Amino acid sequence: MDLPLSNDRTWSVDEFDSGKALAHAARQAKQRNYDQFPIIDVDSHHYELESFNEILEYMPDPVLKQLAKMANSGNSKGVGVMPGGVGYQDMGGRAIRYPLRRIEKPEPGVHRDVSLTRRWMDAMGVDIAVLFPSPMLQLGLHPQVEAEVALAFAYNRWLSERVLQEEARIRTMIYLPFNDPDASYRMVKEFAGKKGVCGFMITSVRFRPVHHNSYMKVYSAIEETGLPLAFHAGYNWGEQSMGMMNKFIAVHALGFVWYNMVHMTNWVLNALPERFPKLKVIWIESGLAWLPFLIQRLDNEYMMRSSECPGLKKLPGEYITDMFYTSQPMEIPRDMSLLESTFKCIKAESQLLYSSDYPHWDFDLPSTIYDLPFLKEKAKRDILGGNAAKLFKLDIGKDKLAKVA
Amino acid sequence: MPEVFVAKIADLPEGERKIIQSGAHDIGVFHWDGQFYAYANMCLHQGGPACEGLIMHQVEDVIGPDKTWVGQKFSDSQVNFVCPWHGYEYDLKTGECVPDRSLRLKKYKVVRRGDDIYVAI
Ligand code: FES
Repeated sequence: MDLPLSNDRTWSVDEFDSGKALAHAARQAKQRNYDQFPIIDVDSHHYELESFNEILEYMPDPVLKQLAKMANSGNSKGVGVMPGGVGYQDMGGRAIRYPLRRIEKPEPGVHRDVSLTRRWMDAMGVDIAVLFPSPMLQLGLHPQVEAEVALAFAYNRWLSERVLQEEARIRTMIYLPFNDPDASYRMVKEFAGKKGVCGFMITSVRFRPVHHNSYMKVYSAIEETGLPLAFHAGYNWGEQSMGMMNKFIAVHALGFVWYNMVHMTNWVLNALPERFPKLKVIWIESGLAWLPFLIQRLDNEYMMRSSECPGLKKLPGEYITDMFYTSQPMEIPRDMSLLESTFKCIKAESQLLYSSDYPHWDFDLPSTIYDLPFLKEKAKRDILGGNAAKLFKLDIGKDKLAKVA
Repeated sequence: MPEVFVAKIADLPEGERKIIQSGAHDIGVFHWDGQFYAYANMCLHQGGPACEGLIMHQVEDVIGPDKTWVGQKFSDSQVNFVCPWHGYEYDLKTGECVPDRSLRLKKYKVVRRGDDIYVAI
């Protein structure tokens, strides 16, 4: 495959293998003895459009199914079906796995998603990975609510039958078509207890208030399952305020925090943690630096305006530090004492869950946690796997499933 | 200082690079503008294979005499190699990390002997 480079040069590449591309990660895994303890990656991805025709076979609506199959048969795969648009995650191919993934071959007889996912998991020393889709992170922007519902059911049924059944090391938190509360409720009922399902996930990029009464039955149903609910961040250059930004770095840096800030603020100030005291909530892929900001901001204003939030029994920040957070993209500041303070502020030793976000451009290796100078060995192991094992009630024990060479 | 054979000059043409391993040394050797450069293939960010990614000219802003932004272009002279994991860019001629030049990759001396290229380790 010929990659276009600067000043009209090209680079010809014949093959790509995710495992080989992560050979340095495998070396780190060995040097840091990752074979001694489990590593659970709570946020990783695959590219569902690579299997879109398979997914569409699970589409319940025959008319939408035909529209989508036709859209996917032309040159522009999936265009017109899936929202999303401008964005340069691959940095002009500088994150080289983006273009080269197209020429990566799976092991014969193994599903492509299983094969490629196992490769990077073994290289990093990851035992269990929670897998999420990629373009579907923006599906909450689909103008047709019924299309989000149909695609979500198709994707979840396909993932469950074709991927989760084949590899026990791959898990997921089920995508909820949150623009339709009734369909979200039905989704919880259909998938709770299915193999590989370790929770439920709302993509944050959407315009629905999480405190709306129509969602209470969804949260109750999830609370009953004992599984966590996650909010997965994303970006949206189409958002009016983001439209003032001319660089993807700006849209990404702010967007991945913005929607989770909105949902978190609504979640806490409407006292949902008091209404659903057993429901565990995880906030995914907003990094960590936003949390001390939001805690300070809400606590300060709440002291003056508590009459607006009569449901709260403690400070907003105290609810925030009861919740769970995935680590990536963990901001590494010039002054490491800032990160140390953030860890203390969010009770990271019990609430933080390692995540790689692999194969996305800003993925984090387990060493981003393991090499932190201010953590003791037990805290490192808890963040890398122990906290997630407890939260998801995983039966991993002390077994090491990844092949750390 | 021991030397490790890299390649025959003819086998490492202008614009190409070669990765060599010798014991604990993992080195990227580049041929650019008639010169050879060698650096540790170990990114300063998360330890990725810094020398194995794209070779890209530096992106530059074009600013007009009235300070307005006119556009952007690729540099005619400065070229970087890019770590394929997350995009850290390194100046190919110095090994400095472009967004913070106080950071730099370990540099190795390249020795030409006849038609052969070696690095001193
Ligand atoms: S490891 Fe090189 S850019 Fe991250």
